[in-house]
Amino acid sequence: MALISNGEFVTDEWRRLADEEALPEKGKIIVSQDRLDNALKAPRANGDIGVIIDNTLEIDKLTPVLAKLGLIAITFPTFADGRGFSLARLIRRAGYRGELRASGRLLADQYAHALGCGFDTVEIPDDLAQRQNETQWRSASKTHQRTYQCGYISSGSILDARRKATQ
Amino acid sequence: MSINNSNTLSRINSPKTTYQYDQFDKNFIRERVAEFREQVRRRLDGSLTEEEFRPFRLMNGLYLQLHAYMLRVAIPYGTLTSQQMRRLAEIADRWDKGYGHFTTRQNLQYNWPKLIDTPDILEALAEVDMHAIQTSGNCIRNVTADHFAGVAADEIEDPRPTAEFLRQWSSAHPEFSFLPRKFKIAITGATHDRAATLAHDIGLRLVQNASGDIGYCVIIGGGLGRSPFIGKIIREYVPRAALLAYLEAIMRVYNRYGRRDNKYKARIKILVHEKGIETIRAAVEKEFAAMDHTAFQQDTQEFERVAASFAPPPYETLPSESSKLTKARLETPAFDHFVSVNVSKHKIAGYAIVTVSLKPINGIPGDATSHQMCVLADACDRFGFGELRVSHEQNIILPHVKKDDLYTLWQTLDAADLATANAGLVSDIISCPGLDYCSLATARSIPIAQAISLRFSDMARQRRIGKLGIKISGCINACGHHHIGAIGVLGLEKKGQESYQITLGGDPGFSASIGEILGPGVSADQVPEVIEHLVDFYLAERQENEAFIDTWRRLGHARFKDVLRREGEDGADI
Amino acid sequence: MTKFKHPQILLASNLKDGEVVFLGHNGWERDFRHARIAKSQEEAQILETIGKTDYSANIIVDVYLTDVEITDDGAPRPLHYREKMRIKGPSVRHDLGKQARGAPDEH
Ligand code: HEM
Ligand code: SF4
Repeated sequence: MALISNGEFVTDEWRRLADEEALPEKGKIIVSQDRLDNALKAPRANGDIGVIIDNTLEIDKLTPVLAKLGLIAITFPTFADGRGFSLARLIRRAGYRGELRASGRLLADQYAHALGCGFDTVEIPDDLAQRQNETQWRSASKTHQRTYQCGYISSGSILDARRKATQ
Repeated sequence: MSINNSNTLSRINSPKTTYQYDQFDKNFIRERVAEFREQVRRRLDGSLTEEEFRPFRLMNGLYLQLHAYMLRVAIPYGTLTSQQMRRLAEIADRWDKGYGHFTTRQNLQYNWPKLIDTPDILEALAEVDMHAIQTSGNCIRNVTADHFAGVAADEIEDPRPTAEFLRQWSSAHPEFSFLPRKFKIAITGATHDRAATLAHDIGLRLVQNASGDIGYCVIIGGGLGRSPFIGKIIREYVPRAALLAYLEAIMRVYNRYGRRDNKYKARIKILVHEKGIETIRAAVEKEFAAMDHTAFQQDTQEFERVAASFAPPPYETLPSESSKLTKARLETPAFDHFVSVNVSKHKIAGYAIVTVSLKPINGIPGDATSHQMCVLADACDRFGFGELRVSHEQNIILPHVKKDDLYTLWQTLDAADLATANAGLVSDIISCPGLDYCSLATARSIPIAQAISLRFSDMARQRRIGKLGIKISGCINACGHHHIGAIGVLGLEKKGQESYQITLGGDPGFSASIGEILGPGVSADQVPEVIEHLVDFYLAERQENEAFIDTWRRLGHARFKDVLRREGEDGADI
Repeated sequence: MTKFKHPQILLASNLKDGEVVFLGHNGWERDFRHARIAKSQEEAQILETIGKTDYSANIIVDVYLTDVEITDDGAPRPLHYREKMRIKGPSVRHDLGKQARGAPDEH
């Protein structure tokens, strides 16, 4: 897996815990959706637990524990499945401030979409990272300089810029 | 690379009657061209596989078809300036084969572009504020509007500002670019639905509430294709200030819950059908209530800005009747027919709306040569404030022509084979490209249209028959709208042969209905004959001024089925 | 894989320009008369393998085998009307597509 943050390939501070693996006492770990409740019960430093969730998860399931999570990774079963984008929006709307990660075969061409919906990082399999290298991700982070939508994250809003230009 | 030798500044009497791209809009589409240029490069060097490239290719309007790539260019809300039309002609000559195909969704399709030329073509389009963004793909497609928008006599409000407002909101949307399936929005501001709002994923109708404010009646879940549905009203009235927020709520519900397991069940119409409109309405309203509405605070202001650029052209004050016109009609019967069939009422005295038919007898419905495009561009510069419209009937409209000028215009059109006086008549056939171009087709549709128009080539007979919409699709996807044709023809494959299923009683308007199947499929040769029998039966049975669809409704489907049965017994092999 | 009933040729679209191409003895051909004809299941599989390789090499897309008959002059002729269309061009515009360059005109 390769992790992209701010248009660069970076090393992952988080470790994905297999379901059969025992919960370590410290270190940043990502657990599966099913295991989350148990993992949160264990005494650990706050924000050390992350969870990987399906893109179909209902947000109410997560709201009570959002403040305790240091990372939420949303899976993208295929790059064409855009449910994760909406779920990311809902999670942000619910007040989540920690790292939000898109995990799956996302393409560099979707980087701007992911950032726009509130993702911080993207995690892709190695074979994909070989074809779509760091240079491509870096330039992809700059392909959408200004966007029309309001309320999404972008390097610039056309509406705001327009208002400024006409004032 | 761009076209430099073109005469792009030759807008003679063209005021700004449509939305003008500002620097931000221009930058935006140029950024998209640059992005696609990179994507093509990365496709060729293997960074992107075909499967990965495909959605981005489609989002830039590029399909792979039967013989070549096909590029679908957006004509937002069907409005074109003369300058844009000229550019379309130049592109046809330079990168394609000298013609284009106007579709039912206010697009233009080039049938022969090369992948490697496409970024240049898109750049040439961007120079005249045009693009192919989101003309395909599982995203919000280009928004279509009533083609008589702004000039129709039956209009509450011009729908184009709303359409442009929606174009901006939906372009490169971060959240809604990877939907379960394509998403089409149509809008009308009139009391007659010329935009088929009931056959779209979202249909919007401008309405006035009790206190006189203008807002939108929102319809969802209509669509044609393999399982046709008539849209349902989700909310009777959404105030203008809340439109984008409300649409965002619908899109979010669809993006999350629309089916992704089966692409034939992925449209919102299926979601609405399976869950029921009540459930969807509740989900949308819940989302709408939960949304942060501050993001939409500037909507009204932005809408006003957009709307301001759709100012009406500087009409002259004219008498409502033109003696010049009356005289020319008396002297030239062919012109008189043209006026009675192809010219509609304009809301301003002394002006008229002219429909230029792209359906000459035996022609290819919707096709125009680059020469014809230039003739149309020149004609609208001379006679129509430099503005053209594209209708979903695949015709071109000159929306404001002085009645005094109609005769000269007609002569100009006639010289370019553009004066066929058949708007709305039986030979004004809507047809998709079918198997002559389309890789999804199961049968050809253009030759069927040609054969029908030849069968009815007697124009006097066509006028006697009156308004009658025939719509032909080359496969179940229904791009030719066959479901909503008074007579629909669907091309299928049966035992290795092309076979055609005929339906009756479809209606695209506010009283929308889906056509009923007439009987077993017939061969290509038989289609014109069957249609002729049906038309003859209608002529014999119709009451005064009764349209085909109304006779069909009054007599019932069975009576029409009988016609064919009787003909069959007479020995005709139908 | 479906049972082998008829001779087959492999066709695809050229990635760069979209034109229909046929696998011949020396690479991809634009004229179907130069298509290599598979007369057995094994031969058809060889064609398919080459197709897959060239698809992965980003040379062609939309590659598939189609059934043909062999005409008197030894040229393949597709059995299905769709591929008959593809080897020539639109039936409503004889001035366009391969037929415009003199591919045989037969229906
Ligand atoms: C030539 C290439 C084309 C392809 C590959 C294509 C593909 C499709 C497909 C797959 C559908 C069915 C979608 C669904 O039910 O989910 C569809 C529907 C439709 N297409 Fe096309 N189409 C093509 C050309 C056209 C043209 C030329 C027009 C306009 C004349 C058009 C307008 C429409 C319309 C109006 C519908 C039905 C409305 C609806 O989406 O429910 N398409 N098309
Ligand atoms: S109806 Fe079918 S044949 Fe016609 S254009 Fe649409 S997909 Fe192609």
